[in-house]
Formats: sequence, C-alpha cells, structure tokens
Amino acid sequence: MSANTPDGPPNRFRQAMPQYAAVSPFFILFAIFGAFPVLFSIWLSLHSWDGIGQLKWVGLEQYSYLLTDPSFWKSITNTLLIWVISTVPMLLLALVIANALHNATRFRSFYRIAYFIPNITSVVAVTMVFGSIFSNNFGLLNAFLQSIGLDKIEWLSQPWGIKIAIASIVAWRWTGYNAIIFLAGLQAISSDIYEAAKVDGASSRQMFWRITVPLLRPVILFTAVTSTIGGLQIFTESQVLFGSSGAIGGPGDGGLTIVSYLYDSAFGKNQFGYGAAIGWALFILIVLFSVINWRLIGGGDDDRITSRVRRRANRKIAAEKAAADSQTAGKEHADAH
Amino acid sequence: MRTERVRTVVGHVVLMFGVVVSIFPFYWMLVMASNTTPDIFAYPPKLVVGSHLFENMGHVLDNIDFFGAMLITLVASLGVTVLVLFFDSLAAFAFAKYEFPGRDMLFGVLLATFMIPTQLALVPQFVTLAEFGWIGSLKALIIPGAANAFGIFWMRQYAKGAIPDELISAAKVDGAGFFRQYLTVGLPVLRPGLAFLGIFTFINVWNDYLWPLIVMTDPNKLTLQVALQQLNGVYGTDYSMVMAGALMSVIPLIGVFIIGGRHFIADIAAGAMKF
Repeated sequence: MSANTPDGPPNRFRQAMPQYAAVSPFFILFAIFGAFPVLFSIWLSLHSWDGIGQLKWVGLEQYSYLLTDPSFWKSITNTLLIWVISTVPMLLLALVIANALHNATRFRSFYRIAYFIPNITSVVAVTMVFGSIFSNNFGLLNAFLQSIGLDKIEWLSQPWGIKIAIASIVAWRWTGYNAIIFLAGLQAISSDIYEAAKVDGASSRQMFWRITVPLLRPVILFTAVTSTIGGLQIFTESQVLFGSSGAIGGPGDGGLTIVSYLYDSAFGKNQFGYGAAIGWALFILIVLFSVINWRLIGGGDDDRITSRVRRRANRKIAAEKAAADSQTAGKEHADAH
Repeated sequence: MRTERVRTVVGHVVLMFGVVVSIFPFYWMLVMASNTTPDIFAYPPKLVVGSHLFENMGHVLDNIDFFGAMLITLVASLGVTVLVLFFDSLAAFAFAKYEFPGRDMLFGVLLATFMIPTQLALVPQFVTLAEFGWIGSLKALIIPGAANAFGIFWMRQYAKGAIPDELISAAKVDGAGFFRQYLTVGLPVLRPGLAFLGIFTFINVWNDYLWPLIVMTDPNKLTLQVALQQLNGVYGTDYSMVMAGALMSVIPLIGVFIIGGRHFIADIAAGAMKF
C-alpha cells in the first residue's frame, strides 16, 4: 500500500493498513474470546441458567445470594489463608536465596536451573507427589514425625493441614522463580552505592535495609502483585488433591478455593449464571488486593525513594572522589617542594 | 578476608539446601515410581530407588492412552506456540517500529487486558465455544490462545531495543513493503526473543490444567495433565503407577528445559524488570 495509489491523496489511515493488519489478530481473538465473554458474563451473572434451557432473569438477587452463601465466604477465607501462608514465607525465602545467589561466584547457572525447575513442572504431577508426602497414614512427613517420636498429623483431613499442604506446593513452585526475579533486581543496583556506604562505615544490615530494600521496591512490588493474582486463582492443587474424592474442597471443604468453587458451581452443578457471578467477585478481589499491595509497598513513591537514595549515594561518591583528589593533589604539591 | 570466606561457605550451604528442597520431590517421585505400592506404604518407608520402574510404567500404558494424550498435548502446545510467535512478533514489530494513527490507544487497550483474570471469562468462553461446536476438539485448545497480550508487550520491548531504525529505512529504500520488512529485518533480529517466548508459551500450554479440563470433554481425547489426574482419581490406591505416570509426564519437559534453560531464566527475569 503505497502513498501514491491513484485513487486519492496520501491517507494516514490507508498508509497504515499493513500495521493494522499486523496488530489485528490479537484484537480479533480478544474480541471473540476475551471482551465478548467478559461482557456476556455480566449478563449471564444476572441470570439463572443450567447451560441448556432458557436463561431466567434473577438480577441482582444472584449477588445478594452470593453474599450470604457460606460456601462462597469459606472459599474466600480459604484462598486468603492459603495465600498468606504461602506468599509471606515464599517472598522472604526468595530474598534470602537471591542474596546468596548474588554473592555466590561459583555454580551460578547450576543453582539457577535447579531453583527454576519446580516452576516449569506441571502442577498436577507436583501435587500428586506432595499429596503422597502429606498423606495421612503412609506419608513421608508422618513417617518422619513418628521417627522423631511425635504423633502423626492427619494433614489431608483437617482444614489447617489441607491449607498447609496446598501452601507448601505453591511456595515450593514459586520461591525459586521469585528469587531469580529478585536476583535480577539486585544485579541492577550499582556496586558504587554499596562501596560508598562501606566507606561510611555502614553495617551489612544497614546496607540491606537502607539500600537493597528501597532500591528493590519496584521488583518487590512486581513479585507481590503477581503472587497475589496467582494466589487468588489457586485451583489445580486442591482439585488434584480432592477433585476425585467427591467433595471438591476436601474434608470440611478445607481446600475449597474461589476458583474451585467457581468450577464446581458452573461445570459441576451446571449453575452457569452463579459461576459467572463468582468470576466477578474474584475480579473485584484481585483489583482490590493489587491496590492494597501497591499502597503497602509504596508503589507510588518508587521513583521518589529510589532517586533520593541514588542522589545521596552519588553525592557521597563525588565527595569521596573530591577528597581523594585533593589529598593526592596536596601530596603532589608537598612533593614538589 | 576470613569472614568473607566464612560468608561464602555459609552462602553455598544455604543454596545447596535450597537445591535439595527443589530436587527432592523429583527423587521421591522416582522412588515411588520404581517400587511396588505395598513397599511405599510400608513403615518405615523405602527411601531408595527400586527395580519396578518399567513394570509400573507398563501399568500406566495399560490404563490410560498415555501416548495419545501426549500427542494431543504436543500438537496443542506446538500449535499455540507457532501461532503466538507469528502473531505476537508481527504485532510487536508494528507497535515498536511504526507510527500509525491510534497506535498508543490500541497498545493501551492491550495493556488493560492484563487486568482480566482468565477465570472471569471461563463460563462464557465455554458457552461461546459450545456455540461454535468446538468443545472436545483441538481448536478449543489452540485458537483462543493464538495471540496474547503478554507476548506482544514483551516482544515489543525487545524489538524496540533490538531493531535499528536504519535497517528498516534501508529495507524501505530497497522497496520492501511492511511484511517484507518484517520477514527480512524483524524476524532475524528477533530470533532470541522468539526463542524465549516460544519456550514460555510451550511450557504454559503443556502444563495447563483448568482449560483442557473444561473443554476436552471426550474421555478419549484428554491432554496429558487431565489424563494424569484421571489416573490419580480412578486408581488412587496404586500409587506406584500414578507416580510412574507423573514421572513420564515431567521428563520430556524437564529435559528440554535443562538443554535450553539458561537463557530462558535470564529472559524471565528481564521480562519482570520491564514491568
């Protein structure tokens, strides 16, 4: 499509036709499989529908029922508890590992691959292994507890045990991934800043809290937000552990997550409208928690804080340099005499 | 100097401990897959690799159509990967290197789609595909995922830095049109970025569970992950066989990853830094 087509003056839109064609597959696919379904799900969530018969208008009643549904609240509490007991230790451990990786000069690529392998392994296979480790009667964990003289714990029969088992799978899969992300953040911090702090007599703890953590803020924010979004969408772990046992959330619904409740409502019980409404509740939660994360970690202040730390460090480096220069200059001066 | 050395040793001890934790479940999978079920359930449990691995693998093949499931998974993963690489890099090339009316607005819309969790569209997507008559067919696994916002965003960042404007101008002077420029200038330069996006996409589709669980309703046409879970559900007591199946399902992917994983990890980290 050249600008000099005979049928008219150069037209910016016509000229850009190839570019529009290039970006269109995404927008077409998104319209059909993203935007339309999302809009349709608003409509669907206001109806009662079994997937075959007529849609029956129930309006906002669907949502008021949702808000009084004990199973829904249970799924939310479960999901949040699993999220907290997996994410907090996971991010702290990742930070420790990243620090060790940053300082290690040998075996680096071996470590990185070893730490990343859990992340690329299928959740289904991993959950089966963890399921056997946490197994009530014959599990490795209980065998270990017994061997050191403790009592067995019925991990997969009680609400807390179930949550700990699921959280362990999540943490095991994502700690290494987050460590690699933190490591990249650490490597982006200039060593001059640490040198300057060292000259000032800063302890390594001070350097960690005053330099590493503030400069790592954008990266920490990224991992916190992605962990939140991932954590709120937990499904496969509880489905593989309990999906074939009849009750989708396991004994006492201790492993019922929001997505597993959505899946069970829509595809188990054929309540498609209700499933759509749960989807919207999930969306609101994700937005809410992303905003909270953003606030807590001070995402909005990132630029200000990092640039302040950087400026201060740069000033110090300049001052050191000036002092060193004047000293050598003074020495040369003295030598000359 | 001495404290420095102590710190290095402590660092490696911490790291090696982490490696053991990362690798142990795979070892345990192998132990269970290579022993008989009564041996695994004995107390104290057997902690070493046994001699029944191939026997247990044979049971897997007797009970599920393992290679059929693997073939479906492979076709779906390759199909999505090829389409994603083409559509995403083409869009990224246009977004990164050309001015056109509405470009920034379109890119903003694309970024906004990140906010939508996949589960939100799950029910209506299923309904839509049922309308199309695609439920149970490979199309349902491949087409909806054929282009994605993450890939375009990531490739665009990559293309911005990797493709010099001069090369595009030179191609223009030679009379190459947009698609010609994409093929001769864009693709060769974007190759490392494509390698990352390709592995990333392949792994994600290979491991996906929720979507194939919903759309692949024909019991004779399951993906590997869903077939594996069926094995777990129906024969839950035969742990050795279940673990042999799990082992068979993870080995190909881990093999590919260990061969091509080094650059991949660096790119994952780089991708996160760009957000």
